[in-house]
Amino acid sequence: MAEDKRRKMIGLQPEGDVDWSMYRGIMVVVEQRSGVAKPVSWQLLGEARRLADKLDAPLMALVMGQDVSHIAQQAIGYGADIVYHADAPELKDYRTRPYSRVCLKVIKTYRPEIVLMGATYTGRDLAGAIATHLPTGLTADSTQLDVDDERLLLASRPAFSEKMLATILCKQFKPQMATVRAGVFQALPYDEKRTGKIIAVHQDMHENDIVTKVLEFVQDDNRVNLEDAQVIVAGGRGLGGPDGFKLLHELANVLGGTVAASRAATDLGWIDHAYQVGQTGTTVRPKLYFAIGISGAVQHVVGMQNSDYIVAINKDPNAPIFQIANYGIVGDLFEIVPLLTKAFQERLTPVMAR
Amino acid sequence: MLHIVVCIKQVPDSREIRIDPKTNTLIRQGVPAIVNYYDLHGLEEALRIKDEFGARVTVITMGPPSAEKALCQCVSMGADEGVLVSDRAFAGADTLATSYVLALTIQKAEDTWGPVDMIFCGKQTLDGDTGQVGPGIACRLDMDQLTYVELFESLDIEKQEVVVRRHLEDGVERVRARLPVLITALDILNRPRRASLPGVLRAARYKPIVWTTNDFSNLDRSKIGLKGSPTIVSKTWVPEPKQVNTEYVDSANVVAAATDLLNRLYATELPQKLGWS
Repeated sequence: MAEDKRRKMIGLQPEGDVDWSMYRGIMVVVEQRSGVAKPVSWQLLGEARRLADKLDAPLMALVMGQDVSHIAQQAIGYGADIVYHADAPELKDYRTRPYSRVCLKVIKTYRPEIVLMGATYTGRDLAGAIATHLPTGLTADSTQLDVDDERLLLASRPAFSEKMLATILCKQFKPQMATVRAGVFQALPYDEKRTGKIIAVHQDMHENDIVTKVLEFVQDDNRVNLEDAQVIVAGGRGLGGPDGFKLLHELANVLGGTVAASRAATDLGWIDHAYQVGQTGTTVRPKLYFAIGISGAVQHVVGMQNSDYIVAINKDPNAPIFQIANYGIVGDLFEIVPLLTKAFQERLTPVMAR
Repeated sequence: MLHIVVCIKQVPDSREIRIDPKTNTLIRQGVPAIVNYYDLHGLEEALRIKDEFGARVTVITMGPPSAEKALCQCVSMGADEGVLVSDRAFAGADTLATSYVLALTIQKAEDTWGPVDMIFCGKQTLDGDTGQVGPGIACRLDMDQLTYVELFESLDIEKQEVVVRRHLEDGVERVRARLPVLITALDILNRPRRASLPGVLRAARYKPIVWTTNDFSNLDRSKIGLKGSPTIVSKTWVPEPKQVNTEYVDSANVVAAATDLLNRLYATELPQKLGWS
C-alpha cells in the first residue's frame, strides 16, 4: 500500500563500497550570530589544530552567514589552514535546512575525516541533521578529544549525570562527527599574520524554498549563563536566606563573575533554579569557583569539581566540600566574604582611580 | 483531524544511579524507570493542541516490553493510542539506528491513522543526553524541525503554520514554520498535567499496540540495533576523584585571612588567565 508510494527515507547508508581513505583533515563548523563568532568555535579550532598536527592533515573551517568574510579571516588567525566560506542572505539567520545543505555539500566535496562543532543549541540542531543525512556516527557533548594511530577520533563525554566518562568511536563511516562543550578547550592566541586559503562556497537554495522563517531574535542580556562563566561565586544553605546572596553578588561583581547556588538554596526558594549548579542543574567548569556555605553534597560536587580552582568557605571544618577545595577557610562567611570583596576591590582597582 | 505523534522513552532515573565505590561500576538495581522527563512536556503540548483544536495523539516508544507501562502513563494523561516498538533485534541502537526505527514507526502510524501533522519529542533523554534523535527523525522524514522550544505561540490550522519561541544561549528566537513539523520540548515549555480519573480508568484496561520487526515490510535489518549503529562505546570509566591538597587559610584573624587568600590566588596563574591587574 502506501509504503510503495513513499519517498525513500533520508540517511540510508551509501550504496556500494566507499573509499574512506579519501577523507582527510579536520573541519570545524564555526557558529556566529550577527557577524560575531561564538567563542566555542575558536576553542574548537585550538584543540582541532593539535589533532590535525597529530594526523599531519589540514585543519579546515566552515563559515556560514551573511557578510561574514571577516569571520573567515579570523578563522585563519585562530589556526585554520583552509576556510570554506558561504555568504548569502538566505544564511543570515541559522535555519536547519539551508545550513545543513551547505554543510553537506562542503563535506561531500572536500571530504574531511573529522567534523566538529560546538555543543550549543544551534550546533546540536545542525549536527543531528547532518549526521543522519550522511549518514555517520555522531558523539554529543564531548569534553575530551584525541586521535589514535588508526586515525580514529576518540571522543569522550560524560554519561549518567556526569558520574562516568565514555569514549566513543565511529569506525564504519567518515567523517567522524562530534559536538563539543563550550569552555572545555582553549583557543590559540590570535595570530593576525597567519596565512591560509579562503574558498567561496555557493549557497543554492532560494528563499521561496525555505518555509521556515526567523521572525525575530530577542537578545536576553540578563540570561543566567553559568556554562561560560570564568568566575562563579556559589552559595548554599549556609547563607541562611535570600539576603545572603547579596554578599555573593558583591563579590561576583568585583570579580566580573556570576552568582550560582546549590540545590539546597534553590529548593528553599532563595534563588531561581536557573542558578543551580549540580546534577539536576548546570555543570560548570570556571577558572575559579567559590563554594560559600555549601557543604558539598555529591549532587553539587559532580557539577563543579572540574573547576580549575575551588575556594571553600564554611563554618563546619568537616564539610565534604573541603576535600575538593584548593583553598579552604573554616569560619563565618558573613565576616569573611565582605572582607574578601573589599580586598579584591582594592587590589583590582587601579591606584589612580581609587 | 490533526494527527500528532509524541515520541517518548522509558529511562532509568539517572539521578538515582550511584557508582559502587569498590568496583567503580554503575548500580542499576532499584533504580526506578520513568518516562523521560522532557518527553512529558512534549506530550503535554500535544494534549493542549488536542484540547483546543481536536487531534488524535499517538504516543510511540522503542524499548523492552516493560515500556508498556510508560505508554499507559501517557494514555492516562489523555493520549489516544500507545505504540511499543519492541524486538530483540532493535537492542543496542545508537541515535542513528533509533531515528531509523522511529521514523519507520511514524510512517506506519500514518498508514494506520492518517498523515502526521506534528511530531513532539523531548529535547533529549536523561540517559543518553544527546538530543540527536529528534533531528534524526525530522531529517529522515524530510520534515522541518524546531528544536529547544520554550513556548508554543500559535497554531494556524487554515494556513498550516506554527509559531514557536526557541531557546538559545543568548536569547530567544521566534520562528514560523509550516506543517508537518517536528518540535523538541524544553521543560519550561509547560507543566505536564496529572492524569484525569477517566484517563486512569482507561489506562488501567489499556493494552498498548506492539509492533515487532515482522510488522514492518520495508525494514532494512542492517540499519537497526547494534549492527545499524555506527558509534561504538570503546570504554567507560569513573573519573578519579580530584586529588587535592587543600591549603587551609588561618581564619583566627578574618582580615588577615581575606588578604592571605587573595595573595594565594594571586600566586597562581589565575591573574593572568582572568586578566587581574
